[in-house]
Formats: sequence, C-alpha cells, structure tokens
Amino acid sequence: MKEDIVLLAIESSCDETAAAVVKNGREVLSNVIYSQIALHTEYGGVVPEIASRKHIEKINQVIRQALSEAGKTLQDLDGIAVTYGPGLVGALLVGVSEAKAISFATGLPLIGIHHIEGHVSANYIENKDLEPPFVCLVASGGHSHLVIVKDYGEYEIIGRTRDDAAGEAFDKVARAIGLGYPGGPKIDKLSKEGNPDAIPFPRAKVDENEYDFSFSGLKSAVLNYLNACQMKGEEVNRADVAASFQKAVIDVLVEHSMHAVKSFGFNKFAIAGGVASNSSLRKAFEERCAKEGVQFYHPSPIFCTDNAAMIGAAGYYEFIKGVRSGYDLNAVPGLKLGER
Amino acid sequence: MKILGIDSSGLVASVAVAEDGVLLGEYTTNYKKTHSQTLLPMLDELKKMIELDLGTLDAIAISAGPGSFTGLRIGSATAKGLGLALDKPLVEVPTLEGLAYNLWGCSDLVCPIMDARRNQVYTGIYECNDGLRVVMDQNAMDVRDLLAELEKLGRRVVFLGDGVGAYRSVIREECKVPFAFAPAHMNAQRAGAIAALGEVYFAQGKVVSADEHGPEYLRKSQAEREKEERGKGSADGV
Repeated sequence: MKEDIVLLAIESSCDETAAAVVKNGREVLSNVIYSQIALHTEYGGVVPEIASRKHIEKINQVIRQALSEAGKTLQDLDGIAVTYGPGLVGALLVGVSEAKAISFATGLPLIGIHHIEGHVSANYIENKDLEPPFVCLVASGGHSHLVIVKDYGEYEIIGRTRDDAAGEAFDKVARAIGLGYPGGPKIDKLSKEGNPDAIPFPRAKVDENEYDFSFSGLKSAVLNYLNACQMKGEEVNRADVAASFQKAVIDVLVEHSMHAVKSFGFNKFAIAGGVASNSSLRKAFEERCAKEGVQFYHPSPIFCTDNAAMIGAAGYYEFIKGVRSGYDLNAVPGLKLGER
Repeated sequence: MKILGIDSSGLVASVAVAEDGVLLGEYTTNYKKTHSQTLLPMLDELKKMIELDLGTLDAIAISAGPGSFTGLRIGSATAKGLGLALDKPLVEVPTLEGLAYNLWGCSDLVCPIMDARRNQVYTGIYECNDGLRVVMDQNAMDVRDLLAELEKLGRRVVFLGDGVGAYRSVIREECKVPFAFAPAHMNAQRAGAIAALGEVYFAQGKVVSADEHGPEYLRKSQAEREKEERGKGSADGV
C-alpha cells in the first residue's frame, strides 16, 4: 500500500469557497479560503443565492491555488473529499458538482464529508496526539452540538440547541447593539472593554436533556434589557451588554460540556466551529479544564472558520476506512452527523 | 472535432457527444430526480456506451443560461470541474439558442419560452432555416410583451420550451400571428443541440476557460433586487 494519502478537499456549504490539500489527515499542504463575508455584510447575514453565485465564480481559482500552493497536480492525489451537508443546498451543490466532475475526469475516488465531522476533525491538524475517544463541543453560526467522538467517523450527539445556534445568538445580539455582521468577532472584541458581571442575563437549562442548549431566551433577555433602557431613557453601555451576554453563553457552554466530560468519564475535551475562535470562550475552557484535570484541545482560528483543510482531515479517516461516494452524490442540507 | 454538450438549465438533464457533425450519443431525462443525482451518472453511462476517452474532447459546451439558478450551477460546476481536470476550454451556449437549434431547418420564426416565474418568461426569437440567426436576443419579459413583439414581426412562429405548458392558454387566446407548438422530441432542452451548436461556436473561436465561465442568470438575486428597490424608494422620496 502507498504510504502517504494526499487528498484534495472542497468546502462550499455556506459563505466561504474553500479548497485544501491535506496529507494523511493531519498535515495541511495548502488551505485556501475565499471569504464572502464582505458581500453579505450589507444584508446583515448570508444570502444563499448570492453565496451560490460567488461559489461558482471562484471555485476553480480556489482549487487551482490550493493545488499550486501544495506543489501538487491532480495526478499526485489519492482522492477528493467534499462537504455534502449540512448547509445551504445551492451553495453545497457547487462544491459537490465540481468535486464529482473532477473525480469523474481523473478517476480519483470521491468521499462525501459531513461538515460538522470536518469541524471536529480540525482538531487533528494541530494536535498530533489527539485521538478518539473524546468529547467535542461544536459551536458555530449554524450549529451547537455536544458530541462524543467514539472513534474516527463515529459520533454520538448527546446535546444540541433547541432553538438558536450559539453563533446565531451572537449575530442577533450584535445586530441589536449596532455592531453588525458577523457578530461573533465583534462581540468578542467589544467584550474586552466591558464588565461581564454588569448585567445578570439568564443561563438557560433545558429540562428534558441536561446537555441541550437554548439561547433564544438569553437573546430575548438582551433585547428586553435594551428596550427597558430605552424606555427609561438610560444610556446603554454596549461593552457591558456584550461582555455580560458573552459570559452567559460561555457559562452555559462550559457547564454543559464539563458535565458531559465528567458524566461519561472522559479526560479529553475539544472545541470546534466558528465560535471556538472566541478568545474568552477558549480562555474559560482552558482554565476549567486545567482545574478539572481534563486535556483541552482547540484548533487555531483559521481552522475554526469554515475551511477545506478540516474536510481533508475528516476525509482521510473516511478514506482509509474505505468510504467512497458515487457520481450520484447529492447535497443534503439537513444531513445528520454519523449518517451517510 | 469532438464536443461534449451539457444542459441542466431546466427540468431536463441531458448530456451528449458530437464529433464532426455526427451525434455519437445523447442521454436525456425529464424526470423528478435532481440533476445532481442524474447528470454525472448519465455522463458516466454515455462515456461507457460510446467508449469515450475524455482526453480526446476538444471542448465542453455548456448550456449557459438563463434557467433554474440551481440547475444552471449544477451544469456549470460540472463543466468547470471537467474543464479544470481535463484542461479543456468551455463553449458557452445561451440556453435559448440551444433550444431554438432543436428546430434547425424550420422556415418559421422559432420562439423558445421558459417559465421564469414572477409573471415572466425567459425567451428569444430566432431564425433557424439555415444555421441560427438571432432576431431578438434572450431576455426575461412578460409573455404579453413577447406576443406584441411577434405581432410586429408578422410571421408564423413555432413555440417550444417548458414555458409552453404554463402559458399555452395565454398564447392560444392572445397570439396574433399564426403559431404552432413543437412536439415532444424537440420541445425541450437537449444536449445534442448544445453540442452541435457548440461545434459551430468552437469553430468560430467562441471559447472561454473553465475558470472564467459562469452562468448567465439574466436576473439578479431576490435580495439584490429588493435592496435596489429600497434604494430607489428612498431616492425617490428625497
């Protein structure tokens, strides 16, 4: 058997057009991301049709650049991994159709990858010692999942959000206090100037499942607070609102995650997804894990955002298990983690 | 000269290979499955049937719009991926020209119409009696404006395309010139027409690189339209 497995990975599930070349699941030879954030900012969020149009415009250049930065041609590769869900269907279809065509033209095997599996696997890139099993919190604009990674490619979701995703709550609160889109990095930055204990926003518990999240109540509490201030003619300290809101989100994420780590008896914990690049969140987890004697892993911010390197990392483990997709691979916007 | 033709702009998914005036094979379906599930398996089947060596293709002709936004992108991403991997150029065939080319040899005007929703059709007017001549270039318009345009031209016309189903009664009631509807084997998109017209355009040097190709939507996204309308509204209000 050939020693090294080199994959081209493609990701277009939302508003980043991305391609990467990854060796053996852990060594990133290139990681090209064309971010559309500026395009969507004026609409206050991602516009699916605009995202899809931009993907088709950029995808070939992004793939070419990924190959050239890695110093590889298609002939040097062993396979192609592509995100096929979950995400925006029109956006996913660009990457899926492109990947299938390249696979067809070259004869390279095709591996359809779950976007969240990619986020989880981003942790393998910089943490060479990390191996399953471990608990992983995936938090982004579209997802909030608490997952037990039993083995490579084997997942059990033990908690999920009942309403808004964590990143979605950040976006909505950021809009309410006039920070604009995307909310996560803006709230993270402003929070550093505010007092996280200034306003006692609620920490929501979900009765039926102790690992589930709910952020809509918190979001409403922030909006009510802003309304009340306006009615009373009081000036709002936006930094305090941002810091207190962020603390409320982080407290819930940390408590639920640590509860899961303890209850299921793990000693390794990882975070992933866009929200995982929040500096206060990382610091809170670092401190708590150190205190509890749990090994804490997190990707660098560039691997937290939507990227294709993480799809290449996940793709490698599916590839060596023998997972292959057919030319009829379709985009599955509501794809469940662990299902194919 | 060997050209692969692809059309997934509407309900039809179709792939074909033409070589020097001979259609080697064509696979066309008009079924409920998504193009993402059908297009490449069909191409794979066609490739096996005609023992196609992809490396011998001169270009990939793609039905480049207008049409269903998602359908167009499935076709375009497929063509771009093939072009990138095979290092072949693309030939962009306007969807309505491809449709009209189905009726090559017709002495009447040819008018393909596609349902564009929002009370509009994507349409164009063509002469196909010897090659293809554009009388009215493809665009999105109200079907009644199209009928007025045809009345001005004052010639018999043949309609085809998936818009016929949606607008048959309007045409029957309001078309002022003699008309006919094309039958099943030539009234929808066919990649054979895209490949054949692709051969003509390729010979004329009308090629683009796989990287620069993108569909011609003929319409902005809803979000952009609404934003422009809002902008216009405030400007008018000043």
